[in-house]
Amino acid sequence: MTATPTARRATDTETVRSLNGSETIMSVEDLKVYYGNFLAVTDTSMNVPEKRITSLIGPSGCGKSTVLKTFNRMNDLVAVARVEGRVNYYDKNIYDPDVDPVAVRARIGMVFQRPNPFPKSIYDNVAWGAKINGYKGNMDELVERSLIQAALWDEVKDKLKESGLSLSGGQQQRLCIARTIATQPDVILMDEPCSALDPISTLRIEDLMRELVEDYPIIIVTHNMQQAARVSDITAFMTLTEGRSGTLAEMGPTDEIFTSPRDPRTEDYITGKVG
Amino acid sequence: MAKSIAQDSLAARLRSNELYAARPLTGSSMESRFSERVVRGLLFICAALSILTTVGIVLILFVETIGFFERVSLWEFLTVTEWTPLFNNAKYGVLPLVAGTMWVAVIAIAVAIPIGLSAAIYLSMYAPRGVRNVIKPALEILAGIPTVVLGYFALTFISPEFVQRVFSDTRLFSALAAGITVGILIIPLISSLSEDALQAVPSGLRDGAYALGATKLEVSTRVMVPAAFSGIAASIILALSRAIGETMIVVLVAGGTPNWSADPRESMQAMTAYIVQISSGDVPRGGVEYQTLFAVGLTLFLITLALNVASYFIVKRFREVYE
Repeated sequence: MTATPTARRATDTETVRSLNGSETIMSVEDLKVYYGNFLAVTDTSMNVPEKRITSLIGPSGCGKSTVLKTFNRMNDLVAVARVEGRVNYYDKNIYDPDVDPVAVRARIGMVFQRPNPFPKSIYDNVAWGAKINGYKGNMDELVERSLIQAALWDEVKDKLKESGLSLSGGQQQRLCIARTIATQPDVILMDEPCSALDPISTLRIEDLMRELVEDYPIIIVTHNMQQAARVSDITAFMTLTEGRSGTLAEMGPTDEIFTSPRDPRTEDYITGKVG
Repeated sequence: MAKSIAQDSLAARLRSNELYAARPLTGSSMESRFSERVVRGLLFICAALSILTTVGIVLILFVETIGFFERVSLWEFLTVTEWTPLFNNAKYGVLPLVAGTMWVAVIAIAVAIPIGLSAAIYLSMYAPRGVRNVIKPALEILAGIPTVVLGYFALTFISPEFVQRVFSDTRLFSALAAGITVGILIIPLISSLSEDALQAVPSGLRDGAYALGATKLEVSTRVMVPAAFSGIAASIILALSRAIGETMIVVLVAGGTPNWSADPRESMQAMTAYIVQISSGDVPRGGVEYQTLFAVGLTLFLITLALNVASYFIVKRFREVYE
């Protein structure tokens, strides 16, 4: 419980090799996302493995967040957004007409760019998602376990009744992670989860991600290349086409992407020539 | 090349400050200082005027009310349940008038909260943009109907065709009919202000709730409404004070006889309606009947003041500070 997490990364060749054998939990096939008439994302296909952190990187406006939001159908909330292609959760296309987007979101959790705890107590923040998902077990236990997993328990155990908004930004973000964990998702999506945080809080979240990936595959969007290099096992680099649409340029083990990218656009971006 | 020379010379002139007429470092013109003082003074007078008016009104209310209580005891005013200042054997218990006002206000708020809040939730969370663009202005038009028109409509339609049919033994002039009509009047107030409060909730909260697998109803009622609670409560209190102060509808619909009763189907007189009745009659200035106007007026003022103060504290207590 008091173990200090140390960031580990799948750098050694053995791990990299095993990535290829890793089971795919989510995949995208020929994804196209439109906002009104604007084609925001095109020609994108990728496999997201179990038990790995997959990062989506690329210049601003390349559709990283848009792709991430197709994984739990958050794009549905944008009235003008339209999705073509398949987004598979195991073998099921979550955009099939018989799929309930509410059920999709209950299983695929999401952590946002800005910490967004509810104006409720710390306890209720964690319990709320579980409650609406019909959790029948012991709520106190679940709240404690989730807060421990989110590395926040020690800081808040004596003030569970206080408002979640009373916490610092980094603590709020870990609270949001705790409430996501409490719903027992199969995948956790993170949309630039550290962009509103200071460097120390950022490192804590990164350590936490390495811990969480033991239980939950994580897909993270980040504009911070060092972060992608530090935490992720797999990196997907997205870029812009001539028509200003986002598209996947290349994807592979993080080490390969950062040391020997195959696509010149990746190399230009990584080495800082563009973006 | 020519262009670049032109730009160079512009840059030089910009640097020299010669193109800016009003930027001398010293000796700034007294003229502009003076006009600034005049504007400031005018603005201050306008702001002060509204405060002075309020102070004046309150002062007059108090002075005349003190005159009233030199003739009638405060105890009688607050405890006797008969209000008959125009009778030979006059009784000055304000409770029947307060009861009339409260019945109307409570019924109005009971009608307006569920409908107004539901409309606000619908508009902010459910309505497609096209529908919203129609309903929002429509509600605002409802708010713009003169209350005398609404009162007349109540007398010719709401009371006989609706209230009297649904609630048996209701009089044509009744606190119930007046309350329902005032309720219709204040629905736009609640829906519009509550919708603003819901719109002001950071969208991150809404997204966070959806991302946990919440349905739209759960997001609306269990995250958005609690998060907007301070604004919603303020809208309700504002609507309540509007209902208490509403005059024309209660004059036309509630009835003209003070009535200490627990049955809103009877006709009752509200405080505002009494003030209208006496003001439009020929009561001699300086008499005790004349002074009752101010005693009732002050009572009304204190009730709405208390509500506004309560609203201030509720808003302060429940306002969430996001970051």
